[in-house]
Amino acid sequence: MHSLNELGKYSSLLYQALRSSTEFSTYRKNLFQELVKVGYDSVPIIVLTGVFTGSVMTLQSAYQLQSAFIPLSTIGAIVSESILIELAAVISSLVLAGKVGARVATELGTMRVSEQIDALESMGFNSVSFLVVPRVLAGILMFPVLYIVASIFGIGGGIAAGFFSGTVPPADFLQGARMYFYPWNVVFGFVKMFVFGFIITSVSCYKGYYAKGGAEGVGKSTTDATVLSCIFVLLADFILAALLL
Amino acid sequence: MIEIQNLSKSFGDLLVWENVSFRIENNETVAIIGKSGCGKSVLIKHINALLYPDSGKVLIDGSDIHALDYVEQRKKRQLFGVLFQGSALFDSINTFENVAFPLRYFTKQSEEEIRENVMQSLRYVNLEESASKQTSELSGGMRKRVGLARAIVLQPKYIMYDEPTSGLDPQTAEEINELINQMADALDITSIVVTHDMHSVLKVADKVAFLDRQTLSWFGSVDDMKHSDHKELLDFVTASEYQIKG
Repeated sequence: MHSLNELGKYSSLLYQALRSSTEFSTYRKNLFQELVKVGYDSVPIIVLTGVFTGSVMTLQSAYQLQSAFIPLSTIGAIVSESILIELAAVISSLVLAGKVGARVATELGTMRVSEQIDALESMGFNSVSFLVVPRVLAGILMFPVLYIVASIFGIGGGIAAGFFSGTVPPADFLQGARMYFYPWNVVFGFVKMFVFGFIITSVSCYKGYYAKGGAEGVGKSTTDATVLSCIFVLLADFILAALLL
Repeated sequence: MIEIQNLSKSFGDLLVWENVSFRIENNETVAIIGKSGCGKSVLIKHINALLYPDSGKVLIDGSDIHALDYVEQRKKRQLFGVLFQGSALFDSINTFENVAFPLRYFTKQSEEEIRENVMQSLRYVNLEESASKQTSELSGGMRKRVGLARAIVLQPKYIMYDEPTSGLDPQTAEEINELINQMADALDITSIVVTHDMHSVLKVADKVAFLDRQTLSWFGSVDDMKHSDHKELLDFVTASEYQIKG
């Protein structure tokens, strides 16, 4: 019953956001700020995540595929495909659930418990348009961009790890990556990030927007936002794989 | 004029109050008093439709604010300035920008006009010097005054004060009371003050609405309150250490 109630409130918030998305003048300024916060500010952590994911993946693949009968280019193929089709999107999104999701839920939660959202409403603002719409739009628009960053640095990290460890020469890595490159995998990655961006920002907005109970309430809403975002990202990943692959 | 008609509100199984009715005439100041947790703040959030009642109406200049569509309701809300209990200042922007905030979004004023209006509002509350300060640098009393400057910058017809003197030292509380009176006199504003500070009530209010036992227990002028024999009202008033009677 409680879950149904939550689902109803979440759907209602999304409906309000959709309806008020036409009020561009209300959220224009906030949208640009959010694009920077969600996109630009997340680049360092996404670069780090990509580089280490690609590096570790290369070293582990090289370790597991030690055989004279398996060409080294296979490692490049496995690493680059895994990154493009799964890791760049999912691992980045789990990291972003912590970074972006927690920030959004904390910001809105603090605004709720300190009556700043009431203040906006009482001035005549549409608080959903002002606060929720730009954050969700920024998630939808910037997550795919971050996917490109994660993919480039993931594959780059894989090449670097193969080179510096002496396990896979860059030429072999790239040969494998090119041989098994399917553009659909990149499209699939974009679709995933579009969906994950929506899930993380909308769930976090919902949790923050309806936070209650002071500092403890904000803490709870932030934790819930992060945990739920991770769960829904994993669920959506499964559903998208089942539907689109 | 604000008219509250048979308003009732519950949160789940918890009845806040029922059948609350009273009227606030233009240019008068009404204090809503009652024990902590009796639903005073909930009541004023119904007046500008931040909350919806289970039954009853709130008429603002004759129109039921809860029955209006969202766009019309937002226009009605702009008739109100609200000073929130914790001031509700936006902590990501400085004092000047907090006061300028509604002007930037709801008017087409030039930057110069905005500056002039913001400084005038800050002058009203004696905070001209603090325009560039971050809100985190302000004391509790200063935050209330900035909240008040923001509340009046669009020249509202009504202003609602939620516990304006709570948490303030007596001297600062007195300054806030003076400001409430100044606003009412200088700007012809109708004021609603939620408080349990009887000194503040005596200082600023024309009429008093007393919430008790989940309803409006008493409503009348401050003079009538001083001579009332309503037991719960008297208990509440005398408990606040101020001798109203005699």
